Amino acid sequence: MSKTPAALFDKVWDSHVVRHIEDGPDVLFIDRHFIHEVTSPVAFLGLESRGLKVMFPEKTFATADHNTPTINQHLPVQDPLSANQLKALESNSAKYGISHWGLGNPKNGIVHVVGPENGITLPGMTIVCGDSHTSTHGAFGAIAFGIGTSEVEMVLSSQCIMQPRPKKMRIKVNGKLGKGITPKDVVLYIISKLTAAGATGYFVEFAGDVFENMSMEGRMTVCNMSIEMGARGGMVAPDETTFNYIKGREKAPKGEAWEKALAYWKTLKSDEGAFFDKEYEFNAADIEPMITYGTNPGMGIGITKRIPTAEEIGSSKASFDKSLAYMDFHESESMIGKKVDYVFIGSCTNGRIEDFRAFASVIKGRKKADHVTAWIVPGSHIVEQQIKEEGILDLLLEAGFQLRQPGCSACLAMNDDKIPAGKYAVSTSNRNFEGRQGPGARTMLASPLVAAAAAVTGFVTDPRELI
Amino acid sequence: MAYDKFTILRSTAVPMPIENVDTDQIIPARFLKATERKGFGDNLFRDWRFEADGTPKKDFVLNNPIYSGKILVGGKNFGSGSSREHAAWAIYDYGFRCVVSSFFADIFKNNSLNIGILPVQVSESFLDQIFKAIEANPKTELEVNLPEQKISIVGGASESFEINGYKKHNMMNGFDDIDFLQSLKSDIQTFAAKSIY
Repeated sequence: MSKTPAALFDKVWDSHVVRHIEDGPDVLFIDRHFIHEVTSPVAFLGLESRGLKVMFPEKTFATADHNTPTINQHLPVQDPLSANQLKALESNSAKYGISHWGLGNPKNGIVHVVGPENGITLPGMTIVCGDSHTSTHGAFGAIAFGIGTSEVEMVLSSQCIMQPRPKKMRIKVNGKLGKGITPKDVVLYIISKLTAAGATGYFVEFAGDVFENMSMEGRMTVCNMSIEMGARGGMVAPDETTFNYIKGREKAPKGEAWEKALAYWKTLKSDEGAFFDKEYEFNAADIEPMITYGTNPGMGIGITKRIPTAEEIGSSKASFDKSLAYMDFHESESMIGKKVDYVFIGSCTNGRIEDFRAFASVIKGRKKADHVTAWIVPGSHIVEQQIKEEGILDLLLEAGFQLRQPGCSACLAMNDDKIPAGKYAVSTSNRNFEGRQGPGARTMLASPLVAAAAAVTGFVTDPRELI
Repeated sequence: MAYDKFTILRSTAVPMPIENVDTDQIIPARFLKATERKGFGDNLFRDWRFEADGTPKKDFVLNNPIYSGKILVGGKNFGSGSSREHAAWAIYDYGFRCVVSSFFADIFKNNSLNIGILPVQVSESFLDQIFKAIEANPKTELEVNLPEQKISIVGGASESFEINGYKKHNMMNGFDDIDFLQSLKSDIQTFAAKSIY
């Protein structure tokens, strides 16, 4: 008897169902739980008021990132509310026996950067965190998604959450990417085609040549932004690239345990003929460097294209007009040549070493444009260290840039890294929502190459002209 | 945290016919710094509702005394973006118990159900009818009947909506998942013992 072909998603999901509730969600066992200072305090209060304990403290990992300053981290945090949240994370972690990488810890950094780089994130796992960009970890062939604070409390107290099973989507991109086209462009392109809600209700598997040939850093960038098309999460089947990345990392399995895990991980791919509720296929050759012009990540275009009309992208006229009015952009305008005030490179989307290498490749031998303020923020201390060791810091300094300390920074502007009202930022982060980078801030999402081109010219510029 | 049981809600509604209302609009990140769950309603839709100096923006619907009620009616893809449950807390704390839209983002929908806000997904055409009815008469009432899974424009059209049986039972009784999961502890222990991670 032959088995029904299963998708990668099914294999991982089915092996984690503790109980299926008739006409209800599945009770899903969680292998790894990441927490940070913003979405966990109320969950710990909930535990206390119910008199519950943390069931498996060794499966939860805490790091401070959302609120943290990106300069002078050795000094006390100035904002009393942020300081209070950081203190709560530290004391809650200590109280319940949870590993905590707070400010100043050499392992500290953005939760979705430190998990993978320390070998905490592994293929075949279920991974959750009170942060929508938990989808990043799907790059390893894990089911990883963001949860709310009530669910954080569920995982702390029972290591499970209750989730309706999502539908499955597969997105294939085949062919070869052109010069200057990065994983960020690939995912912004896909989101522009599917819209910001195009994958809501689905878990996405990214497949095809482009993802097979992509580095782990690139796959993380892509999976990171699967939430920006509404997807519950995104994943890529683990392969040699994945295994080579993990091997030898601090918390990765070693020796016999490694061999055993590896044998299992090699089974984690979609079987021939596996069912998907929806499939898309795109051609790598159609993808240009991308940039967004509006106020959701689906409003992106090839950098040489003109801003479309509401009709062309099938948006309601009122919502589209509201968006362009916020940006002070107009239909049919070109993006090339628009003045840029701020450049931000960093975040869980593009805060890894490969992103800073790309940025450095453009700024090498050039100078920062005088009118541009640039914030260069590594995703973790480990990335910061790599930037120094590889000589990227020297290049940055020569070109007139400064390197800041790790954290979420201007991606969501919870700390002091806020873009002022009305100013334009080219940002390698993940959201261009109104006010996301500070009240009134205007965000254009793009790759590290586009960010670098903007930083040295002061205008939206096609990076292919500079490489 | 305990929430009010939900059975039948009859109320006027606040219309917000904007698509892709993301959770950064519902509550901007700079208001997520509390370590307790209280007072989030004051900053609901902060930057759409108030000028930088705190003056209410006259043209924003929550500042228009014509509109009120316990039901918020939003455009397509409501609650997208960040997973912050604070968005649902802010909506609940402000006084809404139900959000109606033609499409909800997944995490927002889960968060709402977990804290006692009923997300009611209706067809595009019914959503349009609701907006039109409220535009014609701001005192138009909606009735949301959870036991029968039906939403009506009082004195007008109605439509059925979906919710899984488990969540419906929870909402009607004010139960949450945490208590249920505690009852499965021995199953979970057994399951964990087999895990390779």
